[in-house]
Amino acid sequence: MSTFLPHFPATFIVTGDPLIYGAEVSIVLATVGILFVLTYFKKWRWLWREWLTTVDHKKISVMYLIAALLMFFRGGVDAMLMRTQLIRPNMSFLQAEHYNQIFTTHGTIMILFMAMPFIFAMFNIAVPLQIGARDVAFPYLNAVSFWLFFFAALLFNLSFVVGGSPDAGWVSYPPLAGLEFDRGPGENFYLLSLQITGIGSIATGINFMATILKMRAPGMTLMRMPLFSWSVLASSILIIFAFPALTVALALLLIDRLAGAHFFTMFQGGNPMMYINLFWIWGHPEVYIVILPAFGIFSEVVSTFSGKRIFGYSSMVASLMTISVISYVLWVHHFFTMGAGPGVNSFFAVATMCVGIPTGVKVFNWLFTMYRGRIRLTVPMLWAIAFIPIFAIGGATGVMLAAAPADYQYHNSFFLIAHFHQVLIGGTVFGMLAGMYYWWPKMFGYMLNERLGRWAFWLFNSGFYVTFFPQYLLGLMGMTRRMYTYPANMGWNTLNFISTMGAYVMGIGFIVLVMDVVYSIRFGERDVTGDPWNGRTLEWSLPSPAPHYNFARIPTVTSRDAWWTSKQERSRSDAPRKLEPLQPIHMPKSSGRPFIMSAIFFIGGFGLVFNWYALGFLALLGVLVSMLLRSLEYDTDYYVPVEEIEQTEAALGRA
Amino acid sequence: MTIAHGEFPVHGRSINHDAPLEYSLEEGALRIFGFWLFLATDLVLFACLFATYVVLHGAAAGGPTEAQLFDVPGFTAETLILLTSSFTGGLGTYAMHNGSRRGLITWMIITVLLGLSFIGLEVKEFVTYATHGAPLQRSAFLSAFFTLVGTHGCHVSLGILWMLSIIYQLARRGITPITARKVFIVGLYWHFLDIVWVFIFTVVYLNGVMS
Repeated sequence: MSTFLPHFPATFIVTGDPLIYGAEVSIVLATVGILFVLTYFKKWRWLWREWLTTVDHKKISVMYLIAALLMFFRGGVDAMLMRTQLIRPNMSFLQAEHYNQIFTTHGTIMILFMAMPFIFAMFNIAVPLQIGARDVAFPYLNAVSFWLFFFAALLFNLSFVVGGSPDAGWVSYPPLAGLEFDRGPGENFYLLSLQITGIGSIATGINFMATILKMRAPGMTLMRMPLFSWSVLASSILIIFAFPALTVALALLLIDRLAGAHFFTMFQGGNPMMYINLFWIWGHPEVYIVILPAFGIFSEVVSTFSGKRIFGYSSMVASLMTISVISYVLWVHHFFTMGAGPGVNSFFAVATMCVGIPTGVKVFNWLFTMYRGRIRLTVPMLWAIAFIPIFAIGGATGVMLAAAPADYQYHNSFFLIAHFHQVLIGGTVFGMLAGMYYWWPKMFGYMLNERLGRWAFWLFNSGFYVTFFPQYLLGLMGMTRRMYTYPANMGWNTLNFISTMGAYVMGIGFIVLVMDVVYSIRFGERDVTGDPWNGRTLEWSLPSPAPHYNFARIPTVTSRDAWWTSKQERSRSDAPRKLEPLQPIHMPKSSGRPFIMSAIFFIGGFGLVFNWYALGFLALLGVLVSMLLRSLEYDTDYYVPVEEIEQTEAALGRA
Repeated sequence: MTIAHGEFPVHGRSINHDAPLEYSLEEGALRIFGFWLFLATDLVLFACLFATYVVLHGAAAGGPTEAQLFDVPGFTAETLILLTSSFTGGLGTYAMHNGSRRGLITWMIITVLLGLSFIGLEVKEFVTYATHGAPLQRSAFLSAFFTLVGTHGCHVSLGILWMLSIIYQLARRGITPITARKVFIVGLYWHFLDIVWVFIFTVVYLNGVMS
């Protein structure tokens, strides 16, 4: 029983820090509040029917987006706390231990629980609509992916108040993250929650690759496909071939910690460097997994708001695919200082510099698309334009870091911190925010307010420069990452102060962004046309939000920018379009099982965190039974009758 | 059950009557394609485990080495049994294409029995090692060995459970485009595991006894 029943000392619920007490109280209050509102307004049934059991890609997209914004907030608060601690030398706002936990959760959340769901929100809303499909290839699996992510995020965030957060950095290198130096359950929370969300991500990669390759509307050849869908294809290929490496790295470290194996320990022949290799074999492609969809969004946004077709479509496709291949052979540049030798380091240094070439091609293509275009400076376009200088500088400092001998100076300094925030915020976050503003009317049926959006953009963008430029200098002056405080005589005081001020401005920018969302829910301009931006791709041919079956009739595509072409043709001829008769539409049924199965994953993960093997075993059994029940289920889909389609279309004002 | 699928085009497209049964519905073809993609992810997973094994296999840390542990008749028997099971699985798919439910179920049961004897031998091998001073915790080599071979064994065990569920469905529903697709997919999975085993046989066992 000693392994089954937990020790319930004070370590189970985290105590002793006023910040954490505050968080605990607010978690309890928020939970009670949500339960009360759902019960008071009798929304439980609605929640279950419309959201928890849905397999509709558009609703799953909404849930991903909400989760991503919440996690953006959580990761952002972590960032604010860290910058506050570093505002002056010798601060004692956070203790060393607490600081370790916060930089760990900040990194992990921002990459895996903010960037990943954010890109998946964009995958889900745009890809099926852009390629003229009724849903993704595997809608049930899509729901499984979402709920695995959701419960993994819950498990990870739970560590904050139950058991203690992980504190070995977001990369969680052994031997520091091994049992001999890190006994607490925090690392187990990290390993298990990433494992669970990783399964969901792999499934999403498979799902979207199959969707894009097999479910395009007739006539939409690959070379007529919108560039966002191309970028999702590239990103999905990377997910499929990179995420299993993370699965293995995490699993082996977990076996070390739970079963006493010696993969990465300092004893019995273990080799911690093997973990670092496996981690970055996933970790480097991962940054391209989150940046390529952003590139795709910029292509859509720049083309739409320049009123021109994209410049150099084929070279855009070629560079996406080249990047996805090269990004597999870059991983060693994360640890040049490990001492792999001059031959290996040179290879990875040169490969790293090479990846700048296709990226440069893309940047020039965006610029040439804007050249002599009729530019409309909407909020998505602002984010896209602001991305270009930030990413150019981030790319240049990346090439500096890629020079292996010089990297011995920059490695793990604030120079590196500034570099990767520059590419990840300037690339992924700007891209996702551009996409959010761009597709928001398609998701919700109303526009976000442009005025507040501009405020949020200018605050966030200028705050960005103020935060991260001083960090380059701090890095060159010798300040290393992950240090929780510094002495007063290093000459770092002013720059740190400026950087923290910039971070606060970014924080205010985020608050204004949230205000924009809240304001627009009430006062946002309705999108009655379905095409508020005068768009070019098929998603804008549908009402906003699209009916659950998307297309009453699957369109036939004859060119790139299919919707733009058909608008041009329609304006040229008055002849009434001939419509094919409607046919019943084959749709998947909703299912509660993805939610329940993922909840069982959560329970099992929680059990293993505390070495309660019985609970872990029961959960494994539960997952197997869920899979069996699914296999035995044959009544999984239905047909939407023609009359219902006619009524829906008429109600949406479409004949 | 399948008639319902046949009445209307799925996803707005017609049904392919010329294709083999498992590919005849668009949904079936899609799922088979999706499963190939899954196999690609599983391949990367095993590749990482192999890489780890190759890095760590010499790290016996003063404990038992590969050459001392591996038992030639034991792993040869495992190999022959698993390869045969892949062949019988293939015969099952052949019977399915001939429309013989009885033949299909019989070959699948034989495949399951061969799979079970493989797992039995593997468990016996593992227990022998663990009780004779070579458990997972002894050295990095043994950690890597148990994890690589054990992951394959877990896959085979899952495959056995999966096939049992499909045998049950075949007995109840007969050969339909849906059950045919399920048989085909579990067949892909089973052959894939066979290929992985061929690599385990060479990289782990043959290299091990020759070192």
